[in-house]
Amino acid sequence: MLGEGILKGLAETAKNFAGSFVSEDRLTTVEYPEQRLLPIENTRDFPFLVYDGEDPEAGLRCVSCQICEKECPPKCIYIVKSTDKKPDYVGKPQFYPARFDIDISVCMSCQICVEVCPFEAIKMDTEFELSTDDRFGGLILDKHKLAKSNEHFQRIHPTEAAEVDARLAEEKEKVEAKAKAAAEAAAAKSAAEAAARKADAGSAGSNAEGVKP
Amino acid sequence: MSDLAIRSYLPPVIEVESQDELLEVAMGPHHPSTHGVFRMDVALDGERVVRLKPVFGYLHRNHEKIAEKTTYLASMPYTDRLDYFCSMTNNWAYALAVEKLAGIEVPERAEYLRVITAELTRIQNHASAIGFLLQEMGASGTPLMYAFREREKILDLFESLSGSRMMCNYMRFGGCRVDLPADWLDAAKLVVAGLPRFIDEIEALLTSNEILMARSQGVGILKPDLAVNAGVTGVMLRATGVNYDLRKVDHYGIYDRFSFRVPLGEHGDIYDRYMLRVLEMRESVKILEQAIPQLPDGPILDPKSKPRGFRPKPGEAYGRIEAPKGELGFYLISDGTGNPYRYRVRPPSLINLTILEDMCLGQNVADVVLIFGSVDIVLGEVDR
Repeated sequence: MLGEGILKGLAETAKNFAGSFVSEDRLTTVEYPEQRLLPIENTRDFPFLVYDGEDPEAGLRCVSCQICEKECPPKCIYIVKSTDKKPDYVGKPQFYPARFDIDISVCMSCQICVEVCPFEAIKMDTEFELSTDDRFGGLILDKHKLAKSNEHFQRIHPTEAAEVDARLAEEKEKVEAKAKAAAEAAAAKSAAEAAARKADAGSAGSNAEGVKP
Repeated sequence: MSDLAIRSYLPPVIEVESQDELLEVAMGPHHPSTHGVFRMDVALDGERVVRLKPVFGYLHRNHEKIAEKTTYLASMPYTDRLDYFCSMTNNWAYALAVEKLAGIEVPERAEYLRVITAELTRIQNHASAIGFLLQEMGASGTPLMYAFREREKILDLFESLSGSRMMCNYMRFGGCRVDLPADWLDAAKLVVAGLPRFIDEIEALLTSNEILMARSQGVGILKPDLAVNAGVTGVMLRATGVNYDLRKVDHYGIYDRFSFRVPLGEHGDIYDRYMLRVLEMRESVKILEQAIPQLPDGPILDPKSKPRGFRPKPGEAYGRIEAPKGELGFYLISDGTGNPYRYRVRPPSLINLTILEDMCLGQNVADVVLIFGSVDIVLGEVDR
């Protein structure tokens, strides 16, 4: 019968229409500003810089190695290296970015900067409501706007942050153990040297003319 | 099909008496049916198409030249933006070419992940292709929204896996970037279990619909010999009855391990292309049902591959896969430096579009929109 297929299709749409009153699964949209979907953990949009502790300046993990600047596909990162050094999370003096800008109108959220960073200093944010009426300055994020605390990172990507924290803690432990061992060795060495000098001084008095240049 | 009477209708080709009587119409670049920015210069004799000239290039973004100036890895996120509906398969094709070039092995688990993501991509691409085709036929919204509802579930899976819905940037040379999140497989099983019901729904809605049949059967016929000669691939080629599916022919990845069939058309018209997309979705569901339970444990990335300082030995390689739109290939020449010396994409959308005039000649101008829609192109890939 002509029209049978159309009626069959209409039955399907009617089923969908009626179904949305019965089944929660069939309600597929939310009314956005009032209702929001649960955030998905791995979501990424734009990068931010992680800092440890309270002070965004002192705790910044970035050591200004400029690898992300070099590897960034659309070249949206701009870094100026500092001339002096500040201690990093293990206390080793490192350079820091005097200037770190990301042009998020160019950034394509590819996450390659995160992948190549050896210092876990740059991570992807989930903040997406970034619209601005200033199309030039407003879309260039500087160091102060980019710096976000490690707690923020732990909140938005808990799994990844736990891994990173564990790795950094392990490294710090290793460095500290090494430093401790080095300090102990140095102390032992200086003690031995002091003892040797003492012994030297003792023997020097007895035969001063025995020392040859 | 019982409605052979509808199928046998073929429009007569009219002999044009005088070229002066023709009406030149520029369809596009801002025509709502052109999927972006694409222009067809159509010459009409009344309602019949006498000449059709496709004009490409409005979305040209210099992808190939940019890729020759950057590192191999930096081109990976750009491939997402070729065919932005199917970023997973674009990633795979490019990764495959580089792996061939550098001789990198892919771990077992990564191969399975690639198959799973690629087949999910195929399903969502075909679903939206059908939706857009029906949108252009005048079914404003319903089939497209049903398709997008299902696509959204698949995109949510992609987002929880790779971080982004469409620009996944998921595959790497020698594997994949990240492993599955904790409950991803359960979510994927749930989505895959719901897909047959969705395909049944689409079929109940459309397959026996008389309007769809009247508009699409016998319209936009492509002959197999022309399709082969023009290098047409994918659904377009298989709808003409040529059995050519790279998953079966080229044995790339691990497709040999799964049992699935390649649906073939008979007439090469729009209806066959629609039907083939539905059947391919069913076959993809079959592959997913086999691949997800088989997923082995293990590493997802070749330990020898590294993100920085990748320099393959001098040589050349061509990696190709069966993308949802056809054969997607990447041709690379390395001169031993960090950038490819030559980087070339074989885009299925562009090559499938080259026979547009042959399909449209003699048809009504309203059918041009449908024929164009049934090719299933994405302008990002056509113009690159």
